[in-house]
Amino acid sequence: MRVSDAAEEILEVLWIATEERGENAVLFENLGIRKGDEGLAELLGLAYVEVHGERVHLRKEGRDEARMTVRRHRLSERLMMDVLDIKGDSGNERACELEHLLRHGVDTKICTLLNHPTTCPHGNPIPPGTCCEEARATGDVGVVALTELKPGEGGEIAYLSATDVRKMQKLMSMGVLPGSDLLLIRVYPSYIFKVGNSEFAVDEDLAREIFIRKGN
Amino acid sequence: MTARASSEKKIILVGNPNVGKSVVFNTLTGSYTTVSNYPGTSVEVSRGSCSLEGTRYQVLDTPGMYSLLSITEEERVARRILLEEAPHVVLHVIDARNLERMLPMTLQLIEAGLPVVLLVNIMDEAERIGLQIDINLLSEKLGIPVVGGAVGRKRGVAELRQVLCDYQPQRSTFAYATDLEKDVSRITELMAGDYILTQKALALLLLQRDEEIVERLRDRESENFSRVEEVANTIVFERRVDLHLRISLERKRICKGLLAGVQKYDGGQKPVLGERISALTMNPITGIPLVLIVLYFGLYKFVGGFGAGTLVDFLEGALFEERLTPWAIALAENTIPWYWLKELLVGEYGLFTLGVRYAVAIVLPIVGAFFIAFAAIEDSGYFPRLAMLVDRVFKKIGLNGRAVIPMVLGFGCDTMATVVTRTLETKRERIIATLLLSLAIPCSAQLGVIFGLLSTVQGALLVWILSMVLVFLLVGFLAAQVMPGERPMFYMELPPMRLPQISNVLVKTLTRMQWYFLEIFPLFMIASVLLWAGKLTGALEWLVRVMEPVMGALGLPKDVAAAFILGFFRRDFGAAGLYDLQKDGVLDPVQLTVAAVTLTLFVPCVAQFLIMKKERGWKVSLYIFFMVTGLAFAVGWLLNKFLLATGFLA
Repeated sequence: MRVSDAAEEILEVLWIATEERGENAVLFENLGIRKGDEGLAELLGLAYVEVHGERVHLRKEGRDEARMTVRRHRLSERLMMDVLDIKGDSGNERACELEHLLRHGVDTKICTLLNHPTTCPHGNPIPPGTCCEEARATGDVGVVALTELKPGEGGEIAYLSATDVRKMQKLMSMGVLPGSDLLLIRVYPSYIFKVGNSEFAVDEDLAREIFIRKGN
Repeated sequence: MTARASSEKKIILVGNPNVGKSVVFNTLTGSYTTVSNYPGTSVEVSRGSCSLEGTRYQVLDTPGMYSLLSITEEERVARRILLEEAPHVVLHVIDARNLERMLPMTLQLIEAGLPVVLLVNIMDEAERIGLQIDINLLSEKLGIPVVGGAVGRKRGVAELRQVLCDYQPQRSTFAYATDLEKDVSRITELMAGDYILTQKALALLLLQRDEEIVERLRDRESENFSRVEEVANTIVFERRVDLHLRISLERKRICKGLLAGVQKYDGGQKPVLGERISALTMNPITGIPLVLIVLYFGLYKFVGGFGAGTLVDFLEGALFEERLTPWAIALAENTIPWYWLKELLVGEYGLFTLGVRYAVAIVLPIVGAFFIAFAAIEDSGYFPRLAMLVDRVFKKIGLNGRAVIPMVLGFGCDTMATVVTRTLETKRERIIATLLLSLAIPCSAQLGVIFGLLSTVQGALLVWILSMVLVFLLVGFLAAQVMPGERPMFYMELPPMRLPQISNVLVKTLTRMQWYFLEIFPLFMIASVLLWAGKLTGALEWLVRVMEPVMGALGLPKDVAAAFILGFFRRDFGAAGLYDLQKDGVLDPVQLTVAAVTLTLFVPCVAQFLIMKKERGWKVSLYIFFMVTGLAFAVGWLLNKFLLATGFLA
């Protein structure tokens, strides 16, 4: 059965607190709910969570659902920001609305379209789905944004995302063109990469526009 | 024949940044430039002349450009030259190590019907990394004269001169894929105007939505333009998915074909030291200490110590105070009967005693030392690395890493730096940079005096530095919040790091010094005259009286008011005024620090204000003027309260 939107929001917060921050429970206050909250009641009914006083614990039974909820949330952020180019607060808000629709295999399709990203635009990990595991097993590298590479990695420039024509023109006139080989040297404080015999520095916004077919 | 065409034949240098255009320019013309030029930070065009087998040619050096399609102001300046001047030769200078990346622009220049000669420069470095280039074959394939050389090492110069001299226009064409060619001819068929560039080149620029070209076509095609535009819009829409990419890729394809057999790579030894240093400069852990070391030695030791100390002591003390000034005063006493004229020439604010003395004995050595240090750092290739290092911080204040160049230049001369803010891409960035330059970046003339002044009091220099950094970041941050606009983007090519070459450093220093004297020296004179008139009419005294209550609010003695008024005419006058007060024991440590901070933040000098007006217009510059004044006193007031409350420096 489908968990309600309100319940999903609770699961998300619980997952982030327990799995990523190492806390063991979350207060009502931090979940923005009161006793008798409908979403909470639903989760209690499914035995996904336990409540001790004001503290909500995520139970083993609820972990899978929570993990996939976080995954859908971060995938939808990626979709908003990378593909639809809706950034900033507006992007965050739209992503929050969209995440609840990514079910029945839609999440898998989007994950594949985005080439199984491992982090959301804010840098938090996206829990891998079965599609990611399968892709890894078959050794499918695909195309990733420059921001997904680690220093020392490189590959062929596959394409430049065409969201901002001026940015694209700038990159192209500097010789950052599809078909050229690129080697990433640094990622902080700016992205430094080498194309041919020249080195370039670009900021993260521009690095996100460059897509690389990872080399071996 | 028009006047322009009948005058000297022109040779125009174009090319990417960092390919050695300026060196080629200097080699050809044999002298440094006649018009202002800031290599690397270049926004203006240098003109010089050279003589080839008895014929004189005018040589133009343009700012760096990556493509005929111009995006930055520098590129627009460069292209305007190509659009307007009818050259004998367009000399495209490229880096031998990066043929594949730079040849597409050669194609564009040829396609535009320009008389192109290609100079494959920096051949020595290319050979060092194991690259062999068959220049003759490249020339044959391109259908234009190609010269290989390393102009910095005088290699290929004679051949270049010969080729330039013998140049006969020749046509060469390249074809894109049929569908693209067809679309281009759909536009060129409609075009009826007369242009310097070929219709094909213009049509491609039109399709890429180059605003300046659109305007030019609108102008020349008059009624016909609506039809041209209609067809162009249709094509742009049909190719909305990948037009720009397609054009770039087609050019790349052609270049690949051209380079087949031309370029051979056989390993070669790797440059190690430069790359290692480069890596150190870019890693924040080692890069930030390096910045501090560069600042300490470059700015504090060399400019502050050597320039403002040793050199100034000699020029000002030994030369002016002991010899020239007494001599000039005596001469005036003996020959000039009128009090006002004596005052104008050798009085307290006289043209000679104040104007010339400050310009030659104080500002010249300090600014000169700064320009040497700046040129050496610039030539080493360090600035782009500094830019990438500070980009994240600069984004927070509405700028991007690129702005580090005008900011650092501001430590030399804020006036010159304000001109260089032109290289920033958006109006928003230019205004924020102008504001910060006039507020929190002290120029070298001021720095010299301030360092001397504050180093006598323990902790004062630290308070001053912290105040400046804080105000810089805070005001920048607020300005970025208040001013709407899109996030600036940062991209920069990182040239290989190398040891600065003495000839380059000298040429760069001399060109800047020359600009400085032509632009700023007259302003010294004007400032002297204004002060003289102010003194004679009593206006100065009146202004000082108006300022006195403000001084009281900052906890300062009222004598400091005079230093502030003087500060507007020359930033360093103000600081020097404080110096005198401190010598007389009028200021305690807290007062000295508060006065120094307020004065540094206070309104820029007259010269900077006038340049600001020229670059940004009355509205913005007046706005900045009042804002800076208000902020300076507010910060001074706060700092005074803070220092008194905490007892620091007491």
